[in-house]
Amino acid sequence: MESWRKNPRPFWLFAVPPSFWLLVFFLVPLALVWVLSFGEKVGLLDVVITWQPDNYMRALDPLYLQIFAKSFWFAGLTTAVCLVIGFAVAIAITFAPARRRGLLLMLVMLPFWTNLLIRTYALIAVFRSKGFVNAGLEHLWQWANGLLTLVGLGELQLLGAQFEPLQLLYNNFAVVAGLVYVHLPFMVLPLYAALDRMDRSYIEASLDLGAGQIRTFFSVIIPLAMPGIFSGVIITFVPALGSFLTPDLLGGTDSQMIANVIERQFKSANDWPFGAALSFILMYITFFAIALRALWAGKRRRGSLA
Amino acid sequence: MIGAQDRRRVVGPLEYGRRMWVRLSLWATLAFLYAPIVILVAFSFNDSRRNIVWRGFTFKYYEKAWSNDALIEAFTNSLTIALISTLISVILGMMTAVLLWRFRFPGKAPFEGAVSLPIIVPEICMGVAMMTFFADIGWPRDLPWPLNLGAITIAHISFSFPFVAMVVRARLTHFNPELEEAARDLGASQWQSFRDILLPYMRPGLIAGGLLAFTLSLDDFVITFFTSGPETVTFPVKVYSMIRFSVTPEVNAASTALIMITIVLTAIALRLQNRS
Repeated sequence: MESWRKNPRPFWLFAVPPSFWLLVFFLVPLALVWVLSFGEKVGLLDVVITWQPDNYMRALDPLYLQIFAKSFWFAGLTTAVCLVIGFAVAIAITFAPARRRGLLLMLVMLPFWTNLLIRTYALIAVFRSKGFVNAGLEHLWQWANGLLTLVGLGELQLLGAQFEPLQLLYNNFAVVAGLVYVHLPFMVLPLYAALDRMDRSYIEASLDLGAGQIRTFFSVIIPLAMPGIFSGVIITFVPALGSFLTPDLLGGTDSQMIANVIERQFKSANDWPFGAALSFILMYITFFAIALRALWAGKRRRGSLA
Repeated sequence: MIGAQDRRRVVGPLEYGRRMWVRLSLWATLAFLYAPIVILVAFSFNDSRRNIVWRGFTFKYYEKAWSNDALIEAFTNSLTIALISTLISVILGMMTAVLLWRFRFPGKAPFEGAVSLPIIVPEICMGVAMMTFFADIGWPRDLPWPLNLGAITIAHISFSFPFVAMVVRARLTHFNPELEEAARDLGASQWQSFRDILLPYMRPGLIAGGLLAFTLSLDDFVITFFTSGPETVTFPVKVYSMIRFSVTPEVNAASTALIMITIVLTAIALRLQNRS
């Protein structure tokens, strides 16, 4: 690496275009939203910047606090489910034969590369009341009913008079299932990276010294995988919290998340200042989570050096 | 003595990969991840509009999607945006990567942080920022095609080029600076050594980054949703409005086409990255 002073011409040549782009087409737009968040809507289209934190105060209204709480709950639940499933998958990949590991990892990552909108749409086809899950359940129901008739219990209608499709779409269940579906690869990758680095002789030692499989899992494997767990939790939670498409397409009227409220402020409700304040709150939460991760990683690095 | 047969049956304490519950959870997860996509692709060929029962193979929904002018227009828009955005993102990303790899300069840490911001910031926040920006500066809405796609293209470049920079920078960390020094010693100018040594070395990274930028642009919905107007509909935005309306095999056909494009591009990108 050389000092820019030694070679100023190529330095400026490479520094100016990306800096200019980043400033004008990214930082300025963000700054505009920030300024807008201290504004007040007057009339239909005009906004006056008052520099009062009114919009942020309004976000503390129970109505919006509840939406924040719900978003945290959805994102937290998604992260927890992803952690449990992801851990099993990461273990399965780590302990798979070496030649198959790459393929399995690729299989887990590939859906991540297909369009988010299309994956969400695919879930709709599976979940809707005339979709595949319900068709499968109906088959199961008919089969079970047939069996009951066969043993002479058909008259009792133990399973109800007819098949009732499960309401799997347009509710909170659908949103969390959709979020898990979309975010699972985010969790598997860091978990796999941590487990792959793990020295297996620790597990062997633990088993040799008389700890059972369960105790070994909780006192050896989990602590060793902690960096991966922490990374995975943050990089799953953060995008899940800001999800727009999943709650929009799969959720019902009571499963709106922060991003949906922001979208409404900028589109149908047409209250840009309030939407701007909400987006900055979401952004602050994101930065906080990422700073937490950086802080934790830094502490670990220092700890291992000491 | 344990025979080969018995050895296969006994699962060692460390052989988690052969435990039933581990295998089961892996296959169940893969089924959960793939079943919806496989069903979507399969039923784009199903000769029936409503039923979820297989009624025979057909291409008619592809023909229908192909003759849907609005859909094709949206697809053309998406490809145009993705091409321009990729081109500019690769140039800007390459510059960022070389800048960060090569130079020490005051304000480097803040610059590095700012470049990674577009990767971190929630999509919805970036979307509304772009919407506010283009509304505030009074970006003209009624330009002739392809100029009317400018706003979306600019937004796409802003979130794509940091990813390109990341990929190219990873490639540059393995570069042996002696190669460039040798070129300079042998009388090459700075420009020549950049063009003949560094640029060829970066090429796999540039291509992989470019493919990444292309996929990101082609796939983006949220940010585009906030920057597109009624005249500038992209493919995902069009599919979104079709989905809101109803679930039809035509959407399945269009989605399948997009999945195929993405898979091919990703496969090329991964292959290039593995080679480098």
